[in-house]
Amino acid sequence: MTGYAKWAPLVAFILLGSALTYGLAKPDTTNISSKMVGASVPSFTLPPALPGLPGLSSSDLATGQPHLLNIFASWCVPCAVEAPQLKAIAQAGVPVVGIAIRDRPDALGRFLARNGNAFGAIGADDASQVQMAMGSSGVPESFVIDGKGRILSQVIGPINPQDVAGLVAAVRAAR
Amino acid sequence: MRRLLLALALVAAPVLADSDLPPAPLADTQLPDPKQEAQAQALMETIRCLVCQGQSIADSNAELAGDMRAMVRQRIAAGEKPAAIRAWLVRRYGSWVTYDPPLDRVTWVLWAAPILFLTVGLFVARSSFRRRRA
Repeated sequence: MTGYAKWAPLVAFILLGSALTYGLAKPDTTNISSKMVGASVPSFTLPPALPGLPGLSSSDLATGQPHLLNIFASWCVPCAVEAPQLKAIAQAGVPVVGIAIRDRPDALGRFLARNGNAFGAIGADDASQVQMAMGSSGVPESFVIDGKGRILSQVIGPINPQDVAGLVAAVRAAR
Repeated sequence: MRRLLLALALVAAPVLADSDLPPAPLADTQLPDPKQEAQAQALMETIRCLVCQGQSIADSNAELAGDMRAMVRQRIAAGEKPAAIRAWLVRRYGSWVTYDPPLDRVTWVLWAAPILFLTVGLFVARSSFRRRRA
């Protein structure tokens, strides 16, 4: 062990130490992105989540028209925060459909009365089965779906006001 | 007082993020067939919860974990193989979701590392023995 070689262990230690420190210090991303992006919507049929609004099935998403599919719940606080943005997206002419996770019709009705209803249809997913089939891991999440029923992109977490224009453009471009 | 409020807020926050639907029928109920239940249990212990990411769905109290347990039991009861259910989940969430990672381009190092280190160790031992003899 002569010359530079004797410093090799120290250099290795410092490199390892900095790599581990970096790993500990960097903010952990806990988002799990769906691997279904790029694939077709898995086949499903969900009953209406509340009376007066149709339920949702995968065939409704392959009618030639692109959709924004929003996975939400009345018990989810960020879902109430994103409601005005969904409304704005629907008012821009984008069909917005929903899947309500583990929800009750009365609670959902109150949620929509309070926060506004952007949905043309809401399916009731009482045991999160369709949510899992879509590769979604929480609420709210949104998927851009093209006219053939293919999943183009996923938004994890609430849609913020600055995201509205981009999402409207993305759904329009999916035609 | 402030601290107490903060502590209360920490305790209260997760409650707000839960629905008031009861758990799915098979979330916390074992399958009648003990052989199937054992299969389901073994699989659930190696599937990662999507909410409490560090727990398996067998351990987690999250509602989504309950729904995942129900899904696993339903499919096992319907005769599906555990490997197929694991593949179904991996297709949706990536290998991240399983505690039994598949051997692929990223994970081969996990299996190769022990052999690699043993080989390096053998070479180091051999060269140091040779030096002593000389």
